Amino acid sequence: MTAARWRHVILWLTPVVLALLCGMLLLMAVGAPPLEAYGQILQGAFASYAKVADVTAFWVPLLLSASGLLLTFTAGLWNIGIEGQMAMGAIWATAIALHVRLPAIVQVPLEIVAAVVGGALWAMVAAWLRNAANVNEIFSGTALNFLAVNLTTWLVSGPWQPPEGGSVHSTPIFGAHAVIPTIAGLRLSWVALGVAILGFAAAWVALRGTRWGLRLRAMGHSRASAHILGVRVERETVLAMAACGALGGAAGAMRALGTYQSLRPLISGGIGFLALLVVMLSSLRIVWLPFIAFFFAAIITGSQRLNLVMQLDDSLGGVLQGLLVLFALLTGGLRARLETRGAVEASATAASTKPGPTLGQGEAAP
Amino acid sequence: MRVELQQIVKVFGTLRANDDISLTLEPGRIYGLLGENGAGKSTLMKVLSGFLQPTSGRIVVNGTPRLLDTPEQAIRLGIGMLHQDPLDFPPLQVLENFSLGYPGRWVLDRPRLRQRLLDQADVLGFDVDPDAHVDRLTIGERQELEIVRLLALGVELLILDEPTTGISAEQKAHLFRILKRLAHEDGLTVVFVSHKLEEVVSLCDHAYVLRRGQLVGAADMPTETARLVELMFGAPLPPSGRKAPRVGDVTLELQNISVRSHRLCLANVCFEVHAGEVVGLAGLEGSGQSELLRACAGLLEPLSGSITVDGQSVVGAGYHALLRQGIAYLPAGRLEEGLVAGLTIAEHVALVNGNGSPWLDWDRAKAAAKQSIAAFAIQGEPDTPVEALSGGNQQRLALALLPRGLKVLLLEHPTRGLDVASSAWVWRALLERREEGTAIVFTSADLDEIMERSDRIVVLAAGRASQPHDAGSVTVENLGHLIAEVNQ
Amino acid sequence: MSGEMILSMLASVVATSSPLLTAALGEMLTERSGVVNLSLDGTMLLAGAISFIVGYHTGSVTLAFAAGAGVGATMALIVAFGSIVLRQDQIAIGFVLTLLGDSLSAFVGQSYTRIRGASVPHWPLPLLERIPILGPILFRHNAVVYGSVLLVVVTWWWLYRTQAGLRLRGTGERPVSAYVRGVHVRRLRVVYTALGGALVGCAGSMYSLAIQLGWAEGHTRGMGWIALAIVIFGGWHPARIALGAYLFGALKAMVTYLQRTVPGAPVTLLNMAPWLLMIATLALVGSGWLERLLNSLPTRVQSPARRLLRSSPPQALGTLFARE
Repeated sequence: MTAARWRHVILWLTPVVLALLCGMLLLMAVGAPPLEAYGQILQGAFASYAKVADVTAFWVPLLLSASGLLLTFTAGLWNIGIEGQMAMGAIWATAIALHVRLPAIVQVPLEIVAAVVGGALWAMVAAWLRNAANVNEIFSGTALNFLAVNLTTWLVSGPWQPPEGGSVHSTPIFGAHAVIPTIAGLRLSWVALGVAILGFAAAWVALRGTRWGLRLRAMGHSRASAHILGVRVERETVLAMAACGALGGAAGAMRALGTYQSLRPLISGGIGFLALLVVMLSSLRIVWLPFIAFFFAAIITGSQRLNLVMQLDDSLGGVLQGLLVLFALLTGGLRARLETRGAVEASATAASTKPGPTLGQGEAAP
Repeated sequence: MRVELQQIVKVFGTLRANDDISLTLEPGRIYGLLGENGAGKSTLMKVLSGFLQPTSGRIVVNGTPRLLDTPEQAIRLGIGMLHQDPLDFPPLQVLENFSLGYPGRWVLDRPRLRQRLLDQADVLGFDVDPDAHVDRLTIGERQELEIVRLLALGVELLILDEPTTGISAEQKAHLFRILKRLAHEDGLTVVFVSHKLEEVVSLCDHAYVLRRGQLVGAADMPTETARLVELMFGAPLPPSGRKAPRVGDVTLELQNISVRSHRLCLANVCFEVHAGEVVGLAGLEGSGQSELLRACAGLLEPLSGSITVDGQSVVGAGYHALLRQGIAYLPAGRLEEGLVAGLTIAEHVALVNGNGSPWLDWDRAKAAAKQSIAAFAIQGEPDTPVEALSGGNQQRLALALLPRGLKVLLLEHPTRGLDVASSAWVWRALLERREEGTAIVFTSADLDEIMERSDRIVVLAAGRASQPHDAGSVTVENLGHLIAEVNQ
Repeated sequence: MSGEMILSMLASVVATSSPLLTAALGEMLTERSGVVNLSLDGTMLLAGAISFIVGYHTGSVTLAFAAGAGVGATMALIVAFGSIVLRQDQIAIGFVLTLLGDSLSAFVGQSYTRIRGASVPHWPLPLLERIPILGPILFRHNAVVYGSVLLVVVTWWWLYRTQAGLRLRGTGERPVSAYVRGVHVRRLRVVYTALGGALVGCAGSMYSLAIQLGWAEGHTRGMGWIALAIVIFGGWHPARIALGAYLFGALKAMVTYLQRTVPGAPVTLLNMAPWLLMIATLALVGSGWLERLLNSLPTRVQSPARRLLRSSPPQALGTLFARE
């Protein structure tokens, strides 16, 4: 391999190594043997078919959300509200699950469609706030997330309580007609897998194969230039958010109808935020999403074992993932800096003249 | 204070903005620094004022070579510059602008600073309101404030970069009076950077002329303007032989248009453009040319007045609606606003060519891109990202992306930063469109270009616009008069 | 509600709003220099956990706060370093740090939940607490609450009455002009980001040591985001930020009161109120309605009105400054 390729590989491996090292330091600080902890995580994820099925079951909503977020990221939007969109999807699906009784072959698709619609509408609120009142989608998203959680809590502990009373932490388990059928003995469903792959494929096709995807990319690079070239930036904002909300809603439905077969507060389980990390790590290249998502799903699922076996909080998984993305961002910046320094030293032919610090509109060429 | 610039060289990438320039500045005199846009005047002054570091060369102050690393060091030595867009703080108040960076105690002594501001302004005969917010001032007032500040800091060499852009005739007369007094009575050195000949001749004692980064001549004032023109442009300008255009009916008509941006206010502009005609908007930079074009394109909402295209009003229609109706706009900032850095040529072509199908056909897009590349002689491949193209090729691509059969084409600095060959090519392409019947309105900082390419010229200055003049009747010399006329 | 109850409620509003106020003022300083530190929520959680741990083991509240401030400054410096030196997206780094801070706080705090640790002692001010009405509301608290009120005054004075504060404001509006006047823009940004971050860390410590006493996983989740919104709502001005923080606190106090006194009050729906208020205020500020109102005022009134009602961010917020 050439020197450049070695450097490439090293720069890609560095964040992983750094994250693992920091994790080790952390584990030693709380008095836990680090290598054993890592081993337990791996075991927790892959030790048995049931475990792998669990990982995959987590992977499904994660991939769906990440696919949707790739659309909004491509358009230059920070859709923090993905968690709320998942919750809304779960709520709408639950509404049908609890109150409608149809044969499963009709009921389940209906629930999924409802979830998609619910998530899309919730996302469109944030888009509208941005277009009409210039509210940054980070803030509206955060507020809408908390609002969705509150709504879920209220529904679960209030109107959707069964008359004979039940738990405030969850609605009653849905009837067999309303849930997604799982593979025998495992907590995974073919339907869920299918939905995930479908959603991912749809996002891929939209991004790479449609003019809409190209418009989103133009917008993400430069809103001003895209506008001049004819892209209806405000309209595309709404559509991109709606699409992401739709996929997020589907993810929420998978959680409610598949994983838990009931609705509970915090049904989204932080998967939305995790999906944001997945997309950030992918450098906006859709082909990486399924792999990174699987990797993250394995870490999260595996970390649960830490609690059982080593009395360690399972948040270690979140710590490792956060460190990984942080180091990836920082080394990405480092790489860019090294590259530009190299380019300056090679004194490449400037394409156009590079003026000094910009001074304002009256300034002509230096 | 005697300042010498010795063999100053400043290089940006491959551009030699200042090429071995040496000159001397004596106290008590007003120096003019003349040259076309792009001659290197601003760069040289930024080097002198510590804003930029020269690639090589020395600055000698009173016999001692000095290193001016930052503008603050320069000010401590007594060298201060008023930039063309004053480097002040628009959201803050006048007193705050004055006080920021003023030596003194750590706790702001506001009464003392206020008194200092008012005293210094008084000495200069300027009227300042310490409590006003700077973004509410006119550009002339902001300049006055900056001059007050620099003099209060004890500046002995005052550089003014194109200070007469967009200020009224009165303000200019007052400014000139003050500069003469500062130099001839108080012994300061004043450097007046401009591409406006008459002003340099009437104000300055001595002029240096720059062309293409080099010092090509010096002259004591007063002197014949023809000599200065020759130095600035290299030869007296030949009369332009042009054939009378075949113009059609009125396509674009502006009536009593007033626009306002955060920098200026343009009032009561009226003129009309015919199909197949080229109209140039002339005037000092920042006189409202860009705002006017944007108003016509639907990007800036005029305060009042009407704009009609083929008889239909277009005010309020919005940029995209106008684009569909055949009114296109090419902004000056090619990568900031016209092209998307990060996408390739083929992607741009695909983005713009809507043929109804939502699906991207990459083969078709690449073929169309190849066609455009050939037709417009762009040096690049369909896969080339646009930020890798040279300025000339970017401009060709921008032209290639425009739909054909436009009614009105609005261009902001169509040949900015391009070499002679690319500029000529761009105009060939534009003239082709003119043959198709498109009305073309453009602005340029290059007076040459406006005079050579326009059929008629509208002069903008100090918030007003003139009636269109025939291109033949406008020259570099009388442009000054025309601008003065507009001011009245 | 009796007078006693009102006074006691107002007093508790002042106390419970003090961390929010401190965090918002800290972020105001950071944003005034031109940097956005989005990691507030995670920083507050992490600082809360670590300062509780330090306080528990050393028994010293001072050390605990120092630790919290250190955590806050470190997180902020990562944002500063990543964006100013490495030119990465401030928002991205801030967001990752938010999640990381949350996870880290849960991890390090796992064995310290629901136990008693150090706490800031109650410290009613001797004569001042006897002042009718104002006394019980303002002067029967602890040192950190007094500190937060003092901070409002100090930051106001710093911003508007010192040369250093003027330079800070100028840098946030137009870095190139500040550079020309001798300001080291990058250095100033790093310093104020760290300082702002330290204050945010203190705010997190306040929760574990003074307000909510103790550590519980994620107990202040959401507060950081509200602090960020209060900076915007407060127009980057200390007095208005204080108003915003106290308003929020009052809203929460009212919800709690209603929860206790009105049976069957839809508690969870009432909990939505702060978030709805956040969206409403951001929409009000963002839609430019306030700016239009200001522009239509006659010039004499405009200047003072603008200083009070300003709603646009520092113009250079989030941008990078390059000298050449």
